[in-house]
Amino acid sequence: MIHLLPVLAISDGGLRFIAAALAIGFGAIGPALAIGMLTGKAMEALGRNPEAQPVITTNMILGIAFAEAIAIYALIVAVMIGLVFSAT
Amino acid sequence: MGKLKLYLIIAAVFVLTLVGFTSLRSARPIVELKAETVLSLGINITNTMITAAIVIIILIVFSYFATRKMSLIPSGIQNFFEMIIEALYNLVVGTAGEKHARRFFPVIATIFLYVVAANWFGLLPGVATIGKVEPLVGEEGVVQEKGTVFSNVAGVKMIMPGFPSWPPHEPMSITLDVPADATPQQKEAAAAEATSNLKTNESAGLLAPFLRSVNTDLNATLSLAIWSAIFVEFWGISSQGFFRYGSKFLNVKRLLKGDIFNGFIDFVVGILEFVAEAARLLSFTFRLFGNIFAGEMLFLVILFLLPIIALDLVYGLELFFGLIQAFIFAMLTLVFGVVAVTSHEEEGVDHGSESTVPA
Repeated sequence: MIHLLPVLAISDGGLRFIAAALAIGFGAIGPALAIGMLTGKAMEALGRNPEAQPVITTNMILGIAFAEAIAIYALIVAVMIGLVFSAT
Repeated sequence: MGKLKLYLIIAAVFVLTLVGFTSLRSARPIVELKAETVLSLGINITNTMITAAIVIIILIVFSYFATRKMSLIPSGIQNFFEMIIEALYNLVVGTAGEKHARRFFPVIATIFLYVVAANWFGLLPGVATIGKVEPLVGEEGVVQEKGTVFSNVAGVKMIMPGFPSWPPHEPMSITLDVPADATPQQKEAAAAEATSNLKTNESAGLLAPFLRSVNTDLNATLSLAIWSAIFVEFWGISSQGFFRYGSKFLNVKRLLKGDIFNGFIDFVVGILEFVAEAARLLSFTFRLFGNIFAGEMLFLVILFLLPIIALDLVYGLELFFGLIQAFIFAMLTLVFGVVAVTSHEEEGVDHGSESTVPA
């Protein structure tokens, strides 16, 4: 138990939930920004040169895969903390 | 779309949402990271292995029927198959060039078709929902920590929704609040206490499905990633020779020439390339596993929260993501294969700018 105030305490189980929530919460910020920027730039390129659409789309999907993998790492950590590790 | 049709659709969505929320909700989701063992013949046969075998058999049967009576002007299944193959081949040629496309194509196409078939097979009804129920207190005193309450309907244990009652409730699920170091007797006592208020035709247990989507097993995606890495290295070595390809990782050329500072930098960059290869393996594994496993979890949670309507949306999402992840796996293998095959300029080009360090 962590005692923050005399009336406010977080149990070990509660800490576990906080850890899982923070893991995925913070972990998803970066990839979300990355994917947004990527798609935005892809739209710009598409606007400049609509004929190159297949090439642009393919490369955009590749880039999004890389960025999303990071969010998946965070999700796996959150799932493991919250659901797989047994309570002590 | 006429006004009447629009109102009918809105009314139907409303009614289905209500029906789904009140009567068709499933139990609290129990997420199982490891694949459950179905048989044990020396090695454990998991349900994902069985699903993988079924997917492979389906692919083989499909391709057999597609190539049985090949005609120059295709029709039917052969036409469909040729469409897929042609699209994939154009993709490979677009990235790898004519020279290497023939060599890369079988592996890339296999990866794509297998992953797509495996992902979409996991969306069929019956996968991950039909299985064996392990009772809460099994033989040899093995007690499950979590379980759902099954009703015995004509001999078959089913999770019955809380339909007839009002206010509507979801099917009961049971979690034993025992510390990790509890003795089996304590666990059994807790299980007995938790199931004490069940009706006669109800029992508690944990569902171990017969079939489970292949890529929800970390071993399956890891094996695919290992094969992808093996093929990329093989293509690199077979097209450039062992020493020339190995000099990407163990770059001692400039060091041996006597240029200590640059040589040292090259050496460290070579080690980093090695680390990048290992990171790539892990990233392939976790990308595919995470996407498909998260999809499975999303299904379970949505079944618990809002069936029928939200489930349709999730189903579409999963179809799309299954296809995209297969495409990404195949394309990334292709891209790294092309990078491995492309010869590096030795003189005057900074090695560091050539390495693609993936996420």
